[in-house]
Amino acid sequence: MGLKRVQLPLERQTIFELEAGQGLLLNGPLLSGRDAAHKRLVATLKAGAELPISFKGETIYYVGPCPTPPGRVIGSAGPTTSGRMDVYTPLLLEQGLVGMIGKGERSPEVIAAMGHFGAVYLAALGGAGALISQAIVKAEILAYHDLGPEAIYRLVVRDLPVIVAIDIRGNDLYQLGRQKYAGNA
Amino acid sequence: MRTIDASAITEVVAKLCQKANIFLGEDLREALQQAKEKEVSEVGVTCLENLLQNAELAGRERLPICQDTGMAVVFVDYGQELLVTGGDYTTAINEGVRKGYREGYLRASVVRDPLNRINTGDNTPAVIHTQIVPGDKLKITVAPKGFGSENMSRLAMLTPAQGVAGVRDFVTETVSRAGANPCPPLVVGVGIGGTMERAAFLAKKALLREVASENCDPALAVLERELLSKLNQLGIGPQGLGGKTTALAVHINTYPTHIAGLPIAVNLSCHVTRHATEII
Repeated sequence: MGLKRVQLPLERQTIFELEAGQGLLLNGPLLSGRDAAHKRLVATLKAGAELPISFKGETIYYVGPCPTPPGRVIGSAGPTTSGRMDVYTPLLLEQGLVGMIGKGERSPEVIAAMGHFGAVYLAALGGAGALISQAIVKAEILAYHDLGPEAIYRLVVRDLPVIVAIDIRGNDLYQLGRQKYAGNA
Repeated sequence: MRTIDASAITEVVAKLCQKANIFLGEDLREALQQAKEKEVSEVGVTCLENLLQNAELAGRERLPICQDTGMAVVFVDYGQELLVTGGDYTTAINEGVRKGYREGYLRASVVRDPLNRINTGDNTPAVIHTQIVPGDKLKITVAPKGFGSENMSRLAMLTPAQGVAGVRDFVTETVSRAGANPCPPLVVGVGIGGTMERAAFLAKKALLREVASENCDPALAVLERELLSKLNQLGIGPQGLGGKTTALAVHINTYPTHIAGLPIAVNLSCHVTRHATEII
């Protein structure tokens, strides 16, 4: 599988060109965040208060890493199930989020919002936490320190392998792949 | 009567938490290897290769295979002629989980209250299943359970009329609805019979069986093979990105049940179905 090297933050043109099924190697800064952080972010927005960080042009990785062993940048850090973030995602896309990395299907509402705001959803390899930790070259907590593994981190990645799972036009590799291989062929 | 100190339980549990999370079982490694050779999807083959590489790296560098190091499920066969001294049994197990997760840099993934959701910070408490058995030994199995797959597990109270066809449909529907979320390829634990909670327990326990080993009940062995073939025609594939390897194995446990019922539980588990055992 040929892998295309892509620089973060994602540019509008890049987002437009990416197609479901393409393999990428990501390079540059990401945010991390999962259930508890999303819940707090959206509660903050709904209360009309300001977010502790800006999502404009950012890509978020749904991950709750393991504690960092001595001499390492981060512990095992594979993706968590993205679907649990679906109820919060449209509001973050509205805040300027342009990329999401996780594992598993997204809701029709999220896919529609991705098309509307111009965002892409990338799949990392679920369960490959040790392997992925090697692609993370920098990790520091940006916000919500009290959430432990669910805090928001600034991560910098080098050649993080992902697959374009859902592109800006709504092409969904989870559906396409499943249709292609279903049955007794 | 034989006695052991509670601290011995703590030490063993701590060790097993780390062993289970860091070293992939040989049975699973072999199953992934075989799946890789048979998979027809290019993306699927790449996923399986990377998973094998990940497991190898985890073992070599002493890193958790997956960052979801699970809620610690502890199964104990407790010999009735054994007395635990110097502390209480449950505390000793939880102390082992605390020590194992902290010292092994394993993730704390447990919240004290399911509604208020404050992390306990040390992955305690464990879910402990104790069975009293003959003898004077303690057989401890630690099976950390990740929630990507736990969340997609289901239970139903079927009617006797639904029978084996109902069982087939429920297992297939559960895996189909789960799609990519439980990190396929899966190990599928099925519990049939007993009461509601017994079915769930049987399904969980089925995950401890050596992957792809033959069921000792010949009729269940046939049903397991049939279900595995059916699941692998769903097209979900490794990581749900399409392919022929949706499940590595189906393991069924049964128990006598009531004349009015047919409880069934399906406990899904990912390609990192972890467990480690030691006898004290």
